[in-house]
Amino acid sequence: MAEEKEPLFSKQNRALLTDPLDDNNPISVQVLGICSALAITVQLKPALVMSIAVLFVVIFSNVIVSLIRNLIPSRIRIIVQLLIVASLVILVDQILKAYAYDVSKELSVFVGLIITNCIVMGRLEAFALANGPWKSFLDGVGNGAGYALILVLVAFFRELLGSGKLFGFEVLGHKAKTIADSTGLYALGYENNGFMLLSPMALITVGIIIWFQRSKNRKLIEN
Amino acid sequence: MKFIRNTFDKYKPLFDKGGKYEKMAPAFNAFDTLMFVPNHTTKQGAHIRDGVDLKRVMITVILALVPALIFGMWNVGYQHFSQLGEAGTFIDYLIYGSVKFIPMVVVSYGVGLGIEFAFGVFRGHDINEGYLVSGMLIPLIMPIDLPLWMLGISVAFAVLIGKEAFGGTGMNILNPALVARAFAFFSYAPSMSGDKVWVSDAATVDAISGETILGSLAQNKEAGYSVLDMFMGYIPGSVGETSVLMILIGAAFLLFTGIASWRIMAGSVIGGALMGLIFNALGLNALMNFPWWQHLLVGGFAFGVVFMATDPVSAAQTDKGKWIYGFFIGLLAIMIRVFNGAYPEGMMMAILLMNVFAPTIDHYVIQGNIKRRKKRQKTNLETA
Repeated sequence: MAEEKEPLFSKQNRALLTDPLDDNNPISVQVLGICSALAITVQLKPALVMSIAVLFVVIFSNVIVSLIRNLIPSRIRIIVQLLIVASLVILVDQILKAYAYDVSKELSVFVGLIITNCIVMGRLEAFALANGPWKSFLDGVGNGAGYALILVLVAFFRELLGSGKLFGFEVLGHKAKTIADSTGLYALGYENNGFMLLSPMALITVGIIIWFQRSKNRKLIEN
Repeated sequence: MKFIRNTFDKYKPLFDKGGKYEKMAPAFNAFDTLMFVPNHTTKQGAHIRDGVDLKRVMITVILALVPALIFGMWNVGYQHFSQLGEAGTFIDYLIYGSVKFIPMVVVSYGVGLGIEFAFGVFRGHDINEGYLVSGMLIPLIMPIDLPLWMLGISVAFAVLIGKEAFGGTGMNILNPALVARAFAFFSYAPSMSGDKVWVSDAATVDAISGETILGSLAQNKEAGYSVLDMFMGYIPGSVGETSVLMILIGAAFLLFTGIASWRIMAGSVIGGALMGLIFNALGLNALMNFPWWQHLLVGGFAFGVVFMATDPVSAAQTDKGKWIYGFFIGLLAIMIRVFNGAYPEGMMMAILLMNVFAPTIDHYVIQGNIKRRKKRQKTNLETA
């Protein structure tokens, strides 16, 4: 088989890792997985946990499906894929409930909804069914990381501007009832932007990222 | 005049193609055309050209705003002094109001035009004049005590996301001034709503009760102002919105010059009156019992109808569409007022929502017209 002779990190394989970060980003270019990007990016912590969960699910479902891709009858392949993804998601959900109960409660239904995340099914259908496990692994890492990148970026701005915190730390100073008791920026009369906490602003933030990305990377602009 | 023209002509070559500051040409041209009517002529074909260009239209709207603006500044001072129980003269009121209001105008124009110039130079297109009106409207629809940095951020958001993201002046779906207000409203709710923001210094001085009429009604209280106060505008509110009389003067000017659409204005008033009548018939709470014609006098209704709903870019374009568009603005504005207790004024949301629907309305009006003409053609052929 030609695949095995290829070096582990050939140019082609490296592209599998790096393409989804920019040129073929699942959120900002393919516009998949938007629902979760809007719902859980109010704060950085849940966004990061969600990113890790999706990363885990994408990688393992990609590898597993790729391993058994020749055994799956193509007529029932969606059911098989769903079974695999669902088992992985339940695994993630249980682990979160056991070891990170607070975050799990914050993410609530959205962990379960990873099953319906278009990125996962999209990668299985478009990539894992046609490629070997190593390539599928790289593809999973790349797409999971591309998703995580946007999620963390959006959550960074939303938490910083919306509640003046990062990972729960008050980086802009402490806001007390009156300006006189406040510290940092709040002592100067700064106020948090409540709009940032509402989901429309997540959509607009994603939009700004897309705008910024396309003005830098002109080949992404479609006519 | 001659001197200014000569100065422009002297420096023009520097900004022409191949000149030293070629990149800055949009900024230069903007100043040039602001001072003088452009002398571009069409090169081929026959055209009939009116002397009116975009800038003239914009300046006309600004002139129409002047009565409401001056009254607004006076009212800022009047509300402040009278609520404190202090006496003041006309000049005192006006000076107090200008000191409060002019910085808002400066910030609005500074930030907005700064971004427009930056985009013009960056994208290499001529600077659009669209912001001239928005920049004046935004301070007029904000509470007087809004911190200037909040105003600046709202303006930046409106110009960037409300306008430039869609392609600049003439391309925006939503009215930029209302985008700024909506952004400020959702971002900084404590500074944008409630009973402590509409009269200057109300937040710090306990003696001032700055509740607006709609705010009192929403809490099932009496309006507390006479109808004459409402019409003349001796009531708390955003700077420009209080005086129906001054807005009507502006409206008359806009209609006389043919800038604003009377169909939209008439449609809105009919829609608002109708909804008001329906609520009057129901009469379940103070807001519903508020006479329908007084609904049209208070809050931002008159200002929104005359200056916001008629924005030619974001409004419906077809004649029939304008009626429908206006009608629903009036209808929805009163409906939001009455049903949403947490949100006493519905004008902003009503206009923004109908902005979104304006292209759809136009589409169906045009399709309906096509269908009707096809049918007519068919019957004509059959009878012939």
